[in-house]
Amino acid sequence: MKSIAELEEIRKRTLEQIGLRENNEKMRIVVGMATCGIAAGARPVMNTFLEELKKRNINNVSVTMTGCIGICRLEPIVEVIEPDGSKVTYVKMNPEKAARVVAEHIVNGRVCIDYTIGAEEKNK
Amino acid sequence: MKDISLHLLDIIRNSTAAGARNIKVQILADINEDELRIIIEDDGIGMDNELLERVTNPFTTTRTTRKIGMGIPLLKASAEMSSGELKIDSVKGKGTVVCATFKISHIDRPPLGDIASTMTGLIAAEPEIEFILNLNSDNGSFKFDTTEIKEKLGGVPINEIEVVYWIREFIEEGIKSIFGGVLDEIDS
Ligand SMILES: Nc1ncnc2c1ncn2[C@@H]1O[C@H](COP(=O)(O)OP(=O)(O)O)[C@@H](O)[C@H]1O
Ligand SMILES: [Mg+2]
Repeated sequence: MKSIAELEEIRKRTLEQIGLRENNEKMRIVVGMATCGIAAGARPVMNTFLEELKKRNINNVSVTMTGCIGICRLEPIVEVIEPDGSKVTYVKMNPEKAARVVAEHIVNGRVCIDYTIGAEEKNK
Repeated sequence: MKDISLHLLDIIRNSTAAGARNIKVQILADINEDELRIIIEDDGIGMDNELLERVTNPFTTTRTTRKIGMGIPLLKASAEMSSGELKIDSVKGKGTVVCATFKISHIDRPPLGDIASTMTGLIAAEPEIEFILNLNSDNGSFKFDTTEIKEKLGGVPINEIEVVYWIREFIEEGIKSIFGGVLDEIDS
């Protein structure tokens, strides 16, 4: 059984790490989590982002939720927002695509063009 | 929605959108009554009676001053399809209580789903909000409270990924011990 006391260990370990981190601003991953997004599979997409960040020990990226962006047919929708405010919008996401966005965009700074809303709209 | 945990996520998103600072979720299984009860309580902006009437009956209400969402009607349909019901109490400026019931043994009852993912997703996204999760059945009860977790964490943010993962496992264990053998879909 897990016990609340384990948090003390996590606290000690994490406080040390936080002290060592560079104080750079956070990149944000924002997942559309309104009814349409949830029904289309946004929660497993968010889970995958959290899992991939944990696996790669990336801690300067936050994962949050937003409401309905207004294009339900393109859900799940994910925005990756740089500290300077510039934004890439990914559409029709799934866990596999989310893992690739972490590997390529978050880690290597290469936007996954084929998942972007621009590429999707061009294909129509 | 495939399962109850996805409805729960959607309904709690209403509470966060309503500016709630405290959100309490209860999941209660009563085997004797054959009833599963989900209660979501928030201290957000609340709804007046006219809005409340409109959100629960979007197709029978004639006034359409604004676009109406589908989250609440979908939960209502899910509950009613398994011989349960949806009730909402709300006071403008005070908060809202949403209560959905399901007949446990009903063939159309959606499975509970991944409650731990719903909670950890919300906590990761909304670290400032205090969440309480209460689980109860004949097996006993389980309580999770972010206020208590934050106290233990001292200066470490609750949305640190390692903490989020600890919370996920903690809640998964709670679900197993309270609903294992009580709800068919949860192994004991
Ligand atoms: N907990 C709540 N507190 C305040 N208002 C709420 C709450 N839940 C629902 N509402 C109101 O009811 C409306 C309809 O909710 P819903 O059916 O989930 O659709 P949507 O969230 O897409 O608008 C919301 O837009 C909001 O105005
Ligand atoms: Mg909603």
